[in-house]
Amino acid sequence: MTDLTRMTAARLADVVAGGQASAVEVTQAHLDRITAVDHDVHAFLHVDTDGALAAAAAVDTARARDGRSGLGPLAGVPLALKDVLAMEGVPTTCGSRILEGWLPAYDATVTRRLKDAGVVILGKTNMDEFAMGSSTEHSAFGPTHNPWDLSRIPGGSGGGSAAAVAAFEAPLAIGTDTGGSIRQPAAVTGTVGIKPTYGGVSRYGLVALASSLDQAGPCARNVLDAALLHAVIAGHDPLDSTSIDRPVPAVVEAARHGDVRGMRVGVVRELTGDGYQPGVQQRFDEAVVLLQELGAQVVEVSCPHFPYALAAYYLILPSECSSNLAKFDGMRFGLRVGDDGTRSVEEVMGRTRASGFGEEAIRRIMLGTYALSAGYYDAFYGSAQKVRTLVTGDFAAAFEQVDVLVSPTAPTTAFKLGEKLDDPLAMYLNDVATIPANLAGTPGLSLPVGLAPEDGLPVGLQVMAPVLADDRLYRVGAALEAALLDRWGAPILDGAPTL
Amino acid sequence: MAWEQAVSDFDPVLGLEVHVELSTQTKMFCGCPTEFGAAPNTQTCPTCLALPGALPVVNAVAVESAVRLGLALNCSIASWCRFARKNYFYPDMPKNYQISQYDEPIAFGGWLDVEVPTSTGGRIHRIEIERAHMEEDTGKSSHVGGQTGRIHGADYSLVDYNRAGIPLIEVVTKPIEGLGEMAPDVARAFVAELRALVVSLGISDAHMHQGSLRCDVNLSLRQSPSHDFGTRSETKNVNSLRSVSRAVRYEMQRQGARLKAGERIVQETRHWHEDTGITTSGRSKEQAEDYRYFPEPDLVPLAPDADWVEALRAALPELPAARRRRLAAQWGLSDLELTAVLNADALDVIEATVADGASPASARKWWLGELARLANERDVDLGHLGIFPADVARVIALVDAGTLTDTMARQVVDGVLAGEGSPDDVVAGRGLEVVGDDATLQAAIDDAVAANPDVVDKIRSGKVSASGVIVGAVMKATRGQADAARVRELLMARLEISP
Amino acid sequence: MPAISPEQVAHLAALARLDLSEDHLGRLAAELEIIIASVATVSQVATEDIAPTSHPLPLTNVFRLDVVGGSLTVEQALMAAPAVESDRFRVPRILDEES
Repeated sequence: MTDLTRMTAARLADVVAGGQASAVEVTQAHLDRITAVDHDVHAFLHVDTDGALAAAAAVDTARARDGRSGLGPLAGVPLALKDVLAMEGVPTTCGSRILEGWLPAYDATVTRRLKDAGVVILGKTNMDEFAMGSSTEHSAFGPTHNPWDLSRIPGGSGGGSAAAVAAFEAPLAIGTDTGGSIRQPAAVTGTVGIKPTYGGVSRYGLVALASSLDQAGPCARNVLDAALLHAVIAGHDPLDSTSIDRPVPAVVEAARHGDVRGMRVGVVRELTGDGYQPGVQQRFDEAVVLLQELGAQVVEVSCPHFPYALAAYYLILPSECSSNLAKFDGMRFGLRVGDDGTRSVEEVMGRTRASGFGEEAIRRIMLGTYALSAGYYDAFYGSAQKVRTLVTGDFAAAFEQVDVLVSPTAPTTAFKLGEKLDDPLAMYLNDVATIPANLAGTPGLSLPVGLAPEDGLPVGLQVMAPVLADDRLYRVGAALEAALLDRWGAPILDGAPTL
Repeated sequence: MAWEQAVSDFDPVLGLEVHVELSTQTKMFCGCPTEFGAAPNTQTCPTCLALPGALPVVNAVAVESAVRLGLALNCSIASWCRFARKNYFYPDMPKNYQISQYDEPIAFGGWLDVEVPTSTGGRIHRIEIERAHMEEDTGKSSHVGGQTGRIHGADYSLVDYNRAGIPLIEVVTKPIEGLGEMAPDVARAFVAELRALVVSLGISDAHMHQGSLRCDVNLSLRQSPSHDFGTRSETKNVNSLRSVSRAVRYEMQRQGARLKAGERIVQETRHWHEDTGITTSGRSKEQAEDYRYFPEPDLVPLAPDADWVEALRAALPELPAARRRRLAAQWGLSDLELTAVLNADALDVIEATVADGASPASARKWWLGELARLANERDVDLGHLGIFPADVARVIALVDAGTLTDTMARQVVDGVLAGEGSPDDVVAGRGLEVVGDDATLQAAIDDAVAANPDVVDKIRSGKVSASGVIVGAVMKATRGQADAARVRELLMARLEISP
Repeated sequence: MPAISPEQVAHLAALARLDLSEDHLGRLAAELEIIIASVATVSQVATEDIAPTSHPLPLTNVFRLDVVGGSLTVEQALMAAPAVESDRFRVPRILDEES
């Protein structure tokens, strides 16, 4: 049997259900892979060996008792869970010192659904602290390294999840996307990542960064695997008031029947050209041509307010996060600093938060506190929410002309660790193409469309669709992926360096 | 400053904020129970403990209660409104923000009439309501190490979050002008009327001593009604109706003294002390709090359906003011008599006793007389005395039928309170019956006459009052069960003395 | 363009309960200004006639029934607490009285 860690999730599920390998064997193979490579990649913050093997054993028991029919479509498949999602009894840090050692008393809904589906959660992955960042360099526990080049960033904030998948430590991962944190890491690691329609996946148990932007989603090495995972985690949750009470879009169906014939594809004028690395632009353009060859009608579309999206995002996010992060005060959980019996609660809170939060978190809390302050609300937060209306309007207008929009996912390939750390604004520019979808709540997918000629590093193409039309992402993604696979002869990750 | 002077020199402006704790089964945003007095931290969950990742979901009954209260206060009900975050740090508030409503309250622009007794009869004041909005309660802290369990001087605090998240409705009046010396009484009457209102709606048990109805008193003084409003103080910890009027009165005097002495009134929060009858300074509100309000992104807007609101309006119960007027008319009560009933908090029990067959006059006599005395003795309110209106009605019926004298009736009441059963049980058990047959009475009279020849002589010689001794002896002989009037009649007849 | 003074930064840090060094506050003042200047761009397009969006979805009226469920045990509630006494969360002394 081929190396279990090189198999797709769909194949692994089949292998387990059919009895060719036990879930425990599959899990063990991946745990071994983690042991072999993770000291270089550092995708994981915590590996739950015992829990994973127990979950795998349970799948095997169910299979022995009920046969194939007793198992869900991803039973026995290993998965890496971004450390921003609560998992009962398992360390959940959100990449922050302030939560170091925190063991949640409950499972996030996403976690619960994965467990119920028989998915084996191998452990928690590294991330920028509280999901703020584009490189995973803001993790309090050291960065993750891009499996394509260990001296480079894996993207962020969900660099750990993307790297785990790219390094074959897990066929599946869960990420969260607030401004591109699933899609941009997917792009720079040569993997597939989707941000579902806002409200499509429950946020209960997802430690909030920006409540109106956050969304959990699937990370995988191919479009079908991502769709299978999407179908497991999505769906209405009564514990999340913002979750959508409608059937989950037929994403698996769409991923199995990739086809762009007759589809109208819009290239967003404002998301190409200047500011995009030449090799990234090139691979993107080639992929667009390929879409045409596959039968899509491609036009250029203008979304005139997209250039304001970044600025709006960097007001909305800090505002919401300054409030969401207020609960980290050392009183009920997490780090407490400076309580020597004489200090006041105000002082202890102040010291705890100053030492527990990293620089970027502090920066954004301060910015958000400012943006919401009396006297500034209208000009900053209030105005930013208006830009949101305008961006939503741009999408609506565009989707009257086309079925999907496309752009490069990120302006550059993976940059070097440390390269952008001193310039927060330069770091923020990584999200320029992904942010509009978060503001409007529309779904977005990134898939690899080649390696940039100048550096041999992965380039991602982003597909965007209207609200609730997540299936369209998978239809287009699958078609393009199949055509590219044809052209390349092998999946792109086969060309990644051996770790 | 003396009260009379404060009233003559200044014009008070009053503002009242009343927090009503709802008697829903569960909290505002989660399914935790709301029972009073549970062991600490046994009624919490990830949401009301503000564990990272938890989310709020709105309690439908709380919303309905808010709408009904708004309607009963003659408010307009918002057709669309949102919750908002009120951001500030405090250990009893787990998220370090409170989910409340800011510029979009669910109810606004109403009024409540309150009647205040004056020397010339009751006077009705129409108190205008600015708004009523929904919010959540905080946890409770106890302070350890200082004196009196207060915050100042404490070494540390212990927090119980059972109360955190319980639904509150905050009712805010518009500034109430033109009250003059009536301000304390009107304040008290308003709180009392609001309390009666929420109880009649069945949305709260409104026990001020348990904190399910809390009042903050805002007061400022100005030279005259044509002057601008002065600086106001806000007084908290006003835990009873009596405290409301006392606190208003004290603040008027305190502020009057300062203004007279040329001193400024500090805009601050003050704390009422029931034991000493004063307010002391709490936090200075010189710098208006910057709560950085913004719409709650974890919740979606409320849009109460107009038909539903109208149905609630149609189904409102008879409100306290209307009920009082109706009962007073039915029972033929004067204003003074009604006031006595209300002051004794006896309206409900009297109504129930009348419903069970007693005449309004008898019911009033018993509840405001003997039963009020007993309740006072035992330091309970009438409702908790331990005798039901049905029992009282039965006792009255027995007296009316001549089966019991008033004295015996009081013994029956004692028996019921002592747990001997229903009034009939007590009568049977104690053998309490009016000795009605003349033969028995004659025999007893003969015995008493024979035993008291000198008294008989006195009676015959014109000292009719001495008959009391004979009557007393007969009463003693019959264990108080003789009808004293009948005994006297028979005695006089026997002695051949005309009445 | 509003410039941020050291006092303002200190005030923001106090509001946010962040006990930061003078140095850090100084650095933040500079960083906040740059960021704020660039995001003030939004006011160029955010005119009066545009309604703000606080939710990407037009959902309304999401409720739950008033039915008990979902509570933690007291052990679960306290399990992550830095300090516990008598089944309550022990917190340092509170200076400022509120409600």
